[in-house]
Amino acid sequence: MDQPTLRFVVQLAIIGFTFFMLINASAALVLAERKIMGFMQQRYGPYLVGPHGILQPFADILKLLFKEELRPKDADKWLFTLAPIISVTAAFAAFAAVPWGAETAFGPWTIPFIGWTIGPLLDTPVKLGVADVNVAVLVVFAITSMGVYGIVLAGWSSNSKYSLLGGLRSAAQMISYELAYATALASVIMLAGSLSLREVVDAQKDYWFGFIPRWYLFLQPVGFLIYIIAGVAETNRAPFDFPEAEQELVAGYNTEYSSVRFALFPQAEYINMTTMSAVATDLYLGGWHGPLLERWGLGWVWFLIKVGIILFVYIWVRWTVPRYRYDQLMQFGWKWLFPASVLNLIVTAALVLYFNA
Amino acid sequence: MPETILFYLFAAIAVVASTLVIGQRNPMYSIMLLIVSFGALSALYIQLDAPFVAMAQIIVYAGAIMVLFLFVVMLLNAAQEDAAEWDRRHPLRRTGISRFGALLAGLLVVQLVWALIRATDSATAVGASGDAATISSVRAVGRVLFTDYMFAFEATSILILVGMVGAVVLAARETSQ
Repeated sequence: MDQPTLRFVVQLAIIGFTFFMLINASAALVLAERKIMGFMQQRYGPYLVGPHGILQPFADILKLLFKEELRPKDADKWLFTLAPIISVTAAFAAFAAVPWGAETAFGPWTIPFIGWTIGPLLDTPVKLGVADVNVAVLVVFAITSMGVYGIVLAGWSSNSKYSLLGGLRSAAQMISYELAYATALASVIMLAGSLSLREVVDAQKDYWFGFIPRWYLFLQPVGFLIYIIAGVAETNRAPFDFPEAEQELVAGYNTEYSSVRFALFPQAEYINMTTMSAVATDLYLGGWHGPLLERWGLGWVWFLIKVGIILFVYIWVRWTVPRYRYDQLMQFGWKWLFPASVLNLIVTAALVLYFNA
Repeated sequence: MPETILFYLFAAIAVVASTLVIGQRNPMYSIMLLIVSFGALSALYIQLDAPFVAMAQIIVYAGAIMVLFLFVVMLLNAAQEDAAEWDRRHPLRRTGISRFGALLAGLLVVQLVWALIRATDSATAVGASGDAATISSVRAVGRVLFTDYMFAFEATSILILVGMVGAVVLAARETSQ
């Protein structure tokens, strides 16, 4: 194959790999959630399907596929079908702008002991990630904010009071926490001086005193905390899972859904969690930069490890912190989180101005 | 050539969706079509090498303002417009406020035509300060916003603040009684 064709095939393979990993991330997170929940409640969790229950997600998916698809008689036919599709499409599409690895030409690698070299596959390196956009931060933010329509429309079109309440809560919550989320993002963008996630990551590749990585986590501890809290609220996870608060709203916006249409909502939620964690890794934890592995062209393994740690924290928080009350959620969002993020932005701006001058 | 096809595709989507917005009886469908129209507009901005404007369009309009619209429609639970009591007279023959609306619509058409005629003369005025790459960058947008258009920018922010204070006053009066 000549180089342009090969390059095209490699690009396609990278896109396919990203998609494959995202689908598997949602399956793996279902299992991880139940296993970690089991561990925290001093029991085993799913244990019967496969060794230690690792095939449980496949059993879950099969079960959901064979369920009957129901639609309430008075539901809005079009929007009821469209809602889960919007949710899951927005979740997948948002990841397209997230870079997950350094530029690589796939080689040359030297096999240890034997000394053979496997030559570089490509003449010019490709960037690992679906698309390299120079306003990537905004793209991710814009597309994830589209995901709320899936939940709101699901709540409205079901024509059920519990669903409607869930949808309303979701809209209010998303708008409230998007502000703090975007302001936390803006602080990092000011430090890096770029809206491109790849450039933000590359700005963090050096070390202080030779061993402390220059992660924005250390320059923006408050911003990181705000980002994670707002991220949990944006993905409707506990302790902010008001749209589906089961003690109050049956199952919230997805009460009337069943079968595959239902399955798409949790899938969208897990993929959104993955995207949030991946963006946090790129913005605050230095992305794919880390010792040793990067030297062998395996920087993306660091990326996976860091994303995994944040995802674990997500699940950990869910099974540790009880749900807020609804008025507490709004108070916390508007009176604490948003002012804190604005203060963080002002201080960051002043410091950037002082040190750059 | 592909650019031209894409332009006509997204332009057609924007025009058709916008037309359908006012043709819907159900406000929920109007909102969804308006979002489609905003999406198509944003695609046109990307074709113009202005990714920042495109993303701002989606974040501000499709992401925030339309969610608020949706919120209000759901809260009020606005019923479908009833075709039986629909006024089929020409807007100009109706009384009061409808006639004013028709007048405004006419003015808008005149203004659009004027702007289009003027745009062909001063097409270079927008692109004069640099090529596409520098004009689309966030840095350039920010610099222009805080130097040349400083007054308009600050005036807009005060306008929005006034609106916000007004909303808070109205909402607070209701609860205190």
